[in-house]
Amino acid sequence: MTSSAPASAAGPAWALRCRGLHRHLGEGEGRVHVLKGVSFEAERGQVYAIVGPSGCGKSTLLYLLGLLDRPDEGEIEINGRRMSNHDDAARTAARGEHIGFVFQFHFLMLEFTALENVMMPMRKLGRLAPAAMRERAHALLDSVGLGAKTHRLGTQLSGGEQQRVAIARALANQPAILLADEPTGNLDVRNSNLVFDLLTRLAKDNGQAVVLVTHNPEIAQRCDVTRPMRDGLFV
Amino acid sequence: MTSPNLRIAYRFLTAKKRAMVMSLACTILGVGLFIVTQATTSGFERFFTKTILGINGAIRIEDKIQDTMRSMAAAGGGDSHFARRDGVKYIEGIEEPQALMAAVREFPNVRGVSAVVRGNVQLQSAFKLEDAQVFGIRLEDHVRVSDLAEQVTNGSLEDFRNSPTGALVGRVLADRLQLAVGDSLVISARGASRRVQVAAIYETGYREVDKTNVYLHQPEARSLLKRPSGATFLQISLHDPARAPQDAARLEQVLRHSVKPWQEREKTWLAVFRALRISTMITVSVFTLIASLAMFNTLAMIVLEKTKDIAILRSMGYERRDVTRIFLWQAGLVLAVGAVAGALLGAAVTWLVAQVPLPINGIFKTDRFIVTWDPAHYAGAVLTAVVMVMVASLIPARRAARLEPGDIVRGTAQ
Repeated sequence: MTSSAPASAAGPAWALRCRGLHRHLGEGEGRVHVLKGVSFEAERGQVYAIVGPSGCGKSTLLYLLGLLDRPDEGEIEINGRRMSNHDDAARTAARGEHIGFVFQFHFLMLEFTALENVMMPMRKLGRLAPAAMRERAHALLDSVGLGAKTHRLGTQLSGGEQQRVAIARALANQPAILLADEPTGNLDVRNSNLVFDLLTRLAKDNGQAVVLVTHNPEIAQRCDVTRPMRDGLFV
Repeated sequence: MTSPNLRIAYRFLTAKKRAMVMSLACTILGVGLFIVTQATTSGFERFFTKTILGINGAIRIEDKIQDTMRSMAAAGGGDSHFARRDGVKYIEGIEEPQALMAAVREFPNVRGVSAVVRGNVQLQSAFKLEDAQVFGIRLEDHVRVSDLAEQVTNGSLEDFRNSPTGALVGRVLADRLQLAVGDSLVISARGASRRVQVAAIYETGYREVDKTNVYLHQPEARSLLKRPSGATFLQISLHDPARAPQDAARLEQVLRHSVKPWQEREKTWLAVFRALRISTMITVSVFTLIASLAMFNTLAMIVLEKTKDIAILRSMGYERRDVTRIFLWQAGLVLAVGAVAGALLGAAVTWLVAQVPLPINGIFKTDRFIVTWDPAHYAGAVLTAVVMVMVASLIPARRAARLEPGDIVRGTAQ
């Protein structure tokens, strides 16, 4: 299912759109055509699940949508602005301002406390004063249930807690788009449900588009839209 | 710590304590040893310079230039005159020292000028006979162009001043002739002899001088050497001895006499000191090179270990230049601490070396290791470390910045 939305005075209802994305990976004889002309849209306030077997191109699509990678062909628009042909600096700036990432292995910076990890994207964007950054980071950690552990280093948190910090960090700059690559893939059932609920509740509260890649059918079922992929195409 | 890049750099660095301490230790050693070697080698060079300036002054004027057709033609072209010295002939000595001295005093860098009458003599003490050189001086003039006042070790300059037949005898010569202050000796030259009294014994530390030079009052020397007028040379001291070559060139052009600056006079020894300084600088730079390699190694390790952190930073909006800066900040932090600690180490070791007893007597006299306290050595050491460490750090820093976040997250980062 692909949803499309008409543009309003405040901008398009969709936060993210791509058209005809192609991507090859590898070199020479090992070169694989991973994405074969994928198109996709994500509206604000909606949660999308991209599902499919390993190697079908889900994560590759997610990294392209998150501007972490460049397509060989096709277009990507973020908040109505075409980004696929921009230089690295513009794409990096767009990531910092409009996109939040949650990865399977959380990727917390372990030498920093939970609070510092959440403040890190805010410090780069520089939109808030230091005191306001600190206040927002505290509020975000409160909202993911870690208000009492703000000063713990990454190494002093459990896997579930680290993933919750990663969610708070992804939301730090109030991005329009939240991209999650197997956010519950490394967690037990209880923590999986907790993390998914948090992700969807916070995104819905803030009107953010959430796109997550998952192997977990239960998680996928609970999303607003599920997009199955096979061999580099949505089916 | 307000910069996010600096904050991240600090945490990355302190997470690799052992490697960081190794880089830091190498930087401290590099900076410290650079300072110590420069302090010691230039210490001896400066002491030598002070010694020879204290004996022979900064500039000597001797021998009048006899104009020839060739030199006169060249003189019209300004500096080209000096390039054609082979066309110049000289007349020995200074014919009109007073006029020349008055002209020399007009030069702003000139501190003092002394006319000297010199001649070969024989000294006869009660013990033995020695060859020597007599220098006839006007004491008031000569103390302004030499360190004679500080070089007197026995007797006093005042005794010499008050004794028209007094002599200042070098320490080595006095020992050879077994002379003490108050003893008399006979000076013979050109068939004439005179009895003089040792008013004082001086020691410059330059053995050749202490072995041969005897100072007499100029009237006494003129009488002995049968030279009623003129002078052998003019000795000049300068406010800024480093400018001696320029002043000498100008003096030669204006006064039409042969003028030699101390740098030309002592060029053999100065070349030896320069070679010594450069060789130690090269040796010590190896330590700084090791420091830069250690920094390279530390940063390369951190890049390898922090690829995921680099990916997450890039995903959060940190630009490639932020990543470069994070790694250069790490080098900067090590350099900042290393430079301060290295400078302190350098200063401490320099002070300790200055306490080492080391009797030297030959081209100068000292009983301790000589060091120089010069801020330029500290600046040079820090600058060398900064350049070498930062250049070595650029490679891993640029490699970190080139990492593609998509590749890292996919787990295919090369």
